[in-house]
Amino acid sequence: MTTVGSPEIELLLNAILLLLMVVAAIGVIRLRNLFAVVLLSGVYSFLMATLMVALDAVDVGMTEAAVGAGMSVVLLLSVLGLTRTREAPTRRRPIVPLIISVVVGIALVHGTMDLPPFGDPNAPAQRHVAPEYLARAQVETGAPNVVTAVLASYRGYDTLGEVAVIFTGGIGVLVLLAGLGRYTGLRTRPPGAPDPGPEPKPVPLMEETVVLRVAVKLLLPLILVFAMYVQFHGDFGPGGGFQAGVAAATAIILYGLIFGIPAARRVAPMRVVLFMIPLGVLIFAGTGVASLLLGGNYLDYSVLSSVPRSGQHLGILVVEFGVFVTVSSTMLGIFYAFASRPPRDGPEPS
Amino acid sequence: MDGVLEVASWITLILGGAFCVVGGIGMWRLPDVFARLHAASLIDSLGIGFLALGMALQAGLSLVTLKLVFIVLLVGLTSPVATHALAQAAMHAGVKPRAIESPGAEEDA
Repeated sequence: MTTVGSPEIELLLNAILLLLMVVAAIGVIRLRNLFAVVLLSGVYSFLMATLMVALDAVDVGMTEAAVGAGMSVVLLLSVLGLTRTREAPTRRRPIVPLIISVVVGIALVHGTMDLPPFGDPNAPAQRHVAPEYLARAQVETGAPNVVTAVLASYRGYDTLGEVAVIFTGGIGVLVLLAGLGRYTGLRTRPPGAPDPGPEPKPVPLMEETVVLRVAVKLLLPLILVFAMYVQFHGDFGPGGGFQAGVAAATAIILYGLIFGIPAARRVAPMRVVLFMIPLGVLIFAGTGVASLLLGGNYLDYSVLSSVPRSGQHLGILVVEFGVFVTVSSTMLGIFYAFASRPPRDGPEPS
Repeated sequence: MDGVLEVASWITLILGGAFCVVGGIGMWRLPDVFARLHAASLIDSLGIGFLALGMALQAGLSLVTLKLVFIVLLVGLTSPVATHALAQAAMHAGVKPRAIESPGAEEDA
């Protein structure tokens, strides 16, 4: 898609977006109501996503919109269910952090002076490997979206690392929050212990509003279809496993928000989620092992098929599916872990 | 014909922008949650509607227009629902519309 419009308009647009981001950031700092802070951080992320789209980085923009503006806000709001909604006032005057922030900020701004101007064709980033990727991606992988080709194939190691980071983060959150069994529904009672009875059922306030129920039931299939589209169209257009994983998790989370967590758990049980979190990493890493066994390098998909190009295509598809599995289940697992905890002023866990 | 379309599209775009601004001012100035919700709903019904119409007139009969139609349908489905949910939540939390809270409010205004 070509960008229509003059460079001045684009500059103005970027300046306005950045200015609004500064305003949102100041709001986040100044406000004491944590609900407003969470929503403002969502606004900040959405502005960031818009800026990314304006800079023609649609894949990144999509991820930012899905993760930053969508998922993080939901997760932070479910955290707010567990804490107070007003920031506790601090007595100490934050002089030292202020000085550190100002100094680091000045250093960073000073650092940007040496950066090449945006879009400079002679910048080192454009001259190192990028031209080669651009020239070869189409021929070697057959994926029209170069971003996907770079992400899944040329830079497969990096992406494997990212998936491993998400995996580690998800497991870390689950262990910290839940001890992996306490709130996740995997609690195993010691033999002979009395049955604790059904878990305290949170009051599904939203379930009583017909409008929400109907609207969500209309939206859920659309969201899931969109997630699948983003997943499998990632070779051709913007999108891929990361974005699709978050979108699919959003569908389940929306269902859980409206119909209650137990209902969502019947759709996507915690057992399945906990199984899927490592499964995606294994699919990704296993593709690498498969290419090793077939005589290629690790994560060199060309050997997966008799035709190198279709091998690359197959590899990218499988690897993106692995990313999808891990990302979606991690998001869902973290949401369950937060949302299933009894609220602060509710009954204490036994 | 082209000129007519151009003028029509700019009029609708400006109208949409004006509705967004009015909605924003309303969210800033109106006294309580429900009135502010009313102002906000102006943005995503008339504001987005007119803006999308203006952009569709610019794009003509193309894929872009189809996408705009989908966007309008999506916003038209989700934003009233969100407004409804917000109002419901506010009622549930015990927020009373100001007009009910103080019967003399109409005379003051």
